[in-house]
Amino acid sequence: MAERVLMKGNEAIAEAAIRAGCRHYFGYPITPQTEIAAYMAKKMPKIGGVFLQAESEIASINMVYGAAAAGMRVMTSSSSPGISLKAEGLSYIAGSDVPAFVVNVQRGGPGLGGIQPSQSDYFQATKGGGHGDYRMIVLAPASVQEMASLTIKGFNLADKYRMTSMILADGTIGQMMEPISFEDAEIETYEKPWALTGTEGKRPHNIVNSLYLQPDQLEKTNFERYERYKIVEENEPMWEEYMMEDAEICVVAFGIASRVAKNAVVAARNEGIKVGLIRPITLWPFPTKPLAAAADKVKSFISVELNMGQMIEDVRLATGCKRPVTLCNRTGGMIPSPEQVLESIRNAQKGE
Amino acid sequence: MKTTQILIAGFGGQGVLFAGKFLAYKGLVQDKQVSWLPSYGPEMRGGTANCSVILSDSPVGSPIITVPDVLVAMNLPSLQKFVDSVAPGGKIFIDSTLIDAKVERADVEVFYIPATQMAKDAGFSTLANMILMGKVMKECDAVAFDGNKETLESFIPAKKAALIDMNCQALQAGYDF
Repeated sequence: MAERVLMKGNEAIAEAAIRAGCRHYFGYPITPQTEIAAYMAKKMPKIGGVFLQAESEIASINMVYGAAAAGMRVMTSSSSPGISLKAEGLSYIAGSDVPAFVVNVQRGGPGLGGIQPSQSDYFQATKGGGHGDYRMIVLAPASVQEMASLTIKGFNLADKYRMTSMILADGTIGQMMEPISFEDAEIETYEKPWALTGTEGKRPHNIVNSLYLQPDQLEKTNFERYERYKIVEENEPMWEEYMMEDAEICVVAFGIASRVAKNAVVAARNEGIKVGLIRPITLWPFPTKPLAAAADKVKSFISVELNMGQMIEDVRLATGCKRPVTLCNRTGGMIPSPEQVLESIRNAQKGE
Repeated sequence: MKTTQILIAGFGGQGVLFAGKFLAYKGLVQDKQVSWLPSYGPEMRGGTANCSVILSDSPVGSPIITVPDVLVAMNLPSLQKFVDSVAPGGKIFIDSTLIDAKVERADVEVFYIPATQMAKDAGFSTLANMILMGKVMKECDAVAFDGNKETLESFIPAKKAALIDMNCQALQAGYDF
């Protein structure tokens, strides 16, 4: 077994990114993800990489765009308000079909909000954020180990599908320390014949661009891009099922909310309530299959979220509204207690 | 299967986060499942700091502690804030140099340790936190006391290695109290 080390979630992302071959980090500091930048600032110069604190979030995402166009493994990280600033760049990156890796360690919003943990950027991450028709692969770690493993996965998927993959974490998982090991790091490499690496006079120029003034041309790029998205939806959904075999109530939660929910599921089982948990690991593509299957077995669903109810809409879509879905939530930087989730489970059991 | 949820709370600068980190590393070295969660942001900037450490034989669920088994209080506001949340049968460790108050609950075990005074007298005035950790390790069987030096060496940077012996002495002083 590889050696276990204690690391903060944010540091685990940074270390995993370096192991995944990322040598370019562009960012701008913001709580609660600054440890990522700090780690990169310390490590990148020692391994021949680039750490650059840009003058703004907007500058940093455009530096990512540039390095990605040159075929580099590149990343940026921020927290909620900073991701809003990066939204324009994310749209351009999508429109140009270059791979990028972006981390959002969420804090409470809207506006400048607070700095305590939140999941209220679910819509922004999974439904757009920037303008135009596009998708990002959205990965939701629930432990420090997953902060590392999903970072490596994120780089692989970004290169594989030529799109952005985003880690959607929160302040708690960013700040907490847990033991992790890097034994599973499986780095995939992909040819990038489209990259701007210099023609050496031997081939035609590559062009990276998101401007198509002819509508039929623009439509064609969108159609082609969505063909690729279809493959992602088919092949890449990830989720965890916990005590679902005989469950009559299904709790759905991701990230830190799933950790709290798991405690509540165990407590409810001790009271004899047949309840299980489905934890989406990819938020896009959303794991619709296990939820659709659960809808044929369980009486009801509970969506546990650190927001006003965002993933709940995808749960309703995935289950075709066959069963009632209720919300158990806190927001603004607050986290539901296991007792609150347990109470929701008890209410669901009573059919309320 | 044993799980111990430890909440350490005090002012910023008292070494609350470091004390928690030490326990987490003890757990790591002893092959436990562990989590360490600090308070951050406005709480810390307001002067109070706390951290949640979970040591377990099975995978840790939520890293957020709402009902601690063990509370270490290094100032009065922290004691007042968390005293009622401690699990019945739980243990409370109080730096009695800094906290005058007594705990009025009968369903918890309370240890009053004049840690700040002890640290001052022993010539390591900043190590009241580690004196308290020594006592915690003695009274709770969450982690074994052996091997403190090796644990400290595993995460204290080389330039601060000179402080390791003093930390061990502080732990011992708490253990012997």
